[in-house]
Amino acid sequence: MPNLTLDHVVKSYGKLRAVDDLSLEVRDGELLTLLGPSGCGKTTTLRAVSGFVALNGGRIFIGQRNITDIPPERRGIGLVFQNYALWPHMTVFQNLAFGLQLKKLPKQTIKKKIEKSLAMVKLAGFEDRYPRQLSGGQQQRVALARALVLEPDILLLDEPLSNLDALLREQMRFEIAQIHKQAGITSIYVTHDQTEAMVISDRIAVMNQGKIVQIGRPAEIYSAPASKFVAGFMGTTTFIHGKVSGTARERIVVQTDSGLSIQGKGEQLAAGDEVDVAIRPENIRFLTTPADIRKQGKENTFEARVTRASYVGELVDYQLDLKGSLLRAKGETANPLSEGTTIHIYVEPEQLSILKA
Amino acid sequence: MNLKRIIVVAGELILLLLVFLVIFGPMMSLFIWSVAIRWYWPSTLPQEVGFDYWRQALGLQKSLAIGAVSIVPAFFLSLSIAIVVVCIAMLIAIPAGYALAKYRIPFAALIMFLFLMPNAFPQQPIFVNLLRIFTRVGLAGTLPGVILVHILVGMVFGVWITSATFRAIPPHLEEAARSVGAGKTRAFFRITMPLAAPGLLASAVFVFITSLDEFTGTFFIGLPWINTLPMTLYSSSGYNMQFASVIAIILLIPSILFMALIQRVLRAEYVGGMG
Repeated sequence: MPNLTLDHVVKSYGKLRAVDDLSLEVRDGELLTLLGPSGCGKTTTLRAVSGFVALNGGRIFIGQRNITDIPPERRGIGLVFQNYALWPHMTVFQNLAFGLQLKKLPKQTIKKKIEKSLAMVKLAGFEDRYPRQLSGGQQQRVALARALVLEPDILLLDEPLSNLDALLREQMRFEIAQIHKQAGITSIYVTHDQTEAMVISDRIAVMNQGKIVQIGRPAEIYSAPASKFVAGFMGTTTFIHGKVSGTARERIVVQTDSGLSIQGKGEQLAAGDEVDVAIRPENIRFLTTPADIRKQGKENTFEARVTRASYVGELVDYQLDLKGSLLRAKGETANPLSEGTTIHIYVEPEQLSILKA
Repeated sequence: MNLKRIIVVAGELILLLLVFLVIFGPMMSLFIWSVAIRWYWPSTLPQEVGFDYWRQALGLQKSLAIGAVSIVPAFFLSLSIAIVVVCIAMLIAIPAGYALAKYRIPFAALIMFLFLMPNAFPQQPIFVNLLRIFTRVGLAGTLPGVILVHILVGMVFGVWITSATFRAIPPHLEEAARSVGAGKTRAFFRITMPLAAPGLLASAVFVFITSLDEFTGTFFIGLPWINTLPMTLYSSSGYNMQFASVIAIILLIPSILFMALIQRVLRAEYVGGMG
């Protein structure tokens, strides 16, 4: 399986740079997700790779082949659309056969390949149905099968699950991840849903304003965000602003604007730098008994007041007031805290990212 | 039921009856006239009925007595002109509609508006001037001249309906075809055209009917050599009501048939579910 290389790709619409000097290499067999908010350039990048958007600069390679000036139909790329784009006047079989017939393959081969593809997306036996007879999830799977049946070098998926309801989306995430593993095709996936990205990706490239701001494995992106933007985009994060008061090996001590001393991890920071401390709700631990409080000590232990407690089924969603900063926290439903209670909290320094403000 | 309810229901029935009369009244009058041999005021129904005028019109009977002639040649002329007009008009309207729908054409709105123009202004001034121009060019009173006029008048239906049809087809469908290896032309003929077919058919039908029924332009440009069915209708109306109504009914039939066809075809399209 070849890899996909984007080399200093630029796409502008008038003065606006939708894709701003973007370079990327998608490795052989990997699924890389372009993740970002609406307007960050991820869809434009995908459409540039598929050939429907002409570049203003840069080149695109599949393996060693320069495909920059080749029209879409000759790039050997499979495309899965957000709205499925199944041809309504054709059956599932005909939808899948269309591309294979263009390659002038014998009828028996076509039939076998279609059977294999449909089995892979768990739709065996659906050959004679029309798209209008299928549910949204089934249509999406046919769209996937249609792209896969041609065994393309590269697979591009443009927010394929965005049109499905929440429950179905969650299910389909795992299925897509599984199918990708089976097929092993180098793929680019576009989405604005970070949970989806983390479930299915080998690597994630977070984009903002036409540029890649961080690229790495899902765990890296989540636990070691490179900037406030990335930290804020992944999961729920609260930021507390402050100044670096000292550094000790990997630990950074920050004096917040509200007068707290917090220790966390960060890189390339010096005393006096303006920073934001990124706190994730799952990392806030409640210290409920005096014994716990004493055992934990003074480091990163704070007193906060519960300003909101919302029961969300599997947990309780809290809002805590920590000297003026409002933190989101999670707690068990077993012993919920009520609003107005003062509680001691502890955050592990290793789990706090200190980012340049 | 109480009095109020009775009055409301009675009122609705009367209203329904009036609407029925307004819509179908003229048509019923038409049908009665077509079988009337003699009908003088003040009787509500003809004194003498028969199919004489029908027989004359269809060329089954030749008699100078009642002033009706065979309309068969005029009918075939109108039909042939309509068919030629549809072919040429659709050859222009389909690519034009596609371009206006899919590409960002500068002044697209203005172009669409221009196609509307011939039908927006009073017809006589337009065609009198057109007659002047055609006479100079030698097209007056010729078949090509009449065909050109019919195309002019029908083009609005051609372009407006085809562009709306193509606009209704999601662009991703063509892109999906290209992503599996189809070139632009193949994607157009295998994907876009089949899906656009009902709408394009509707457009063709409208152009056909417009040409069949076209009068004013044909009158100015076609005389004295080209004699279409509407012109025969015009020359007989006023003094030969029976003959005129026979022609009118004959002109109605294609319209009704095609409208029914369009209804069925377009409904099937919505049930088919597009994209």
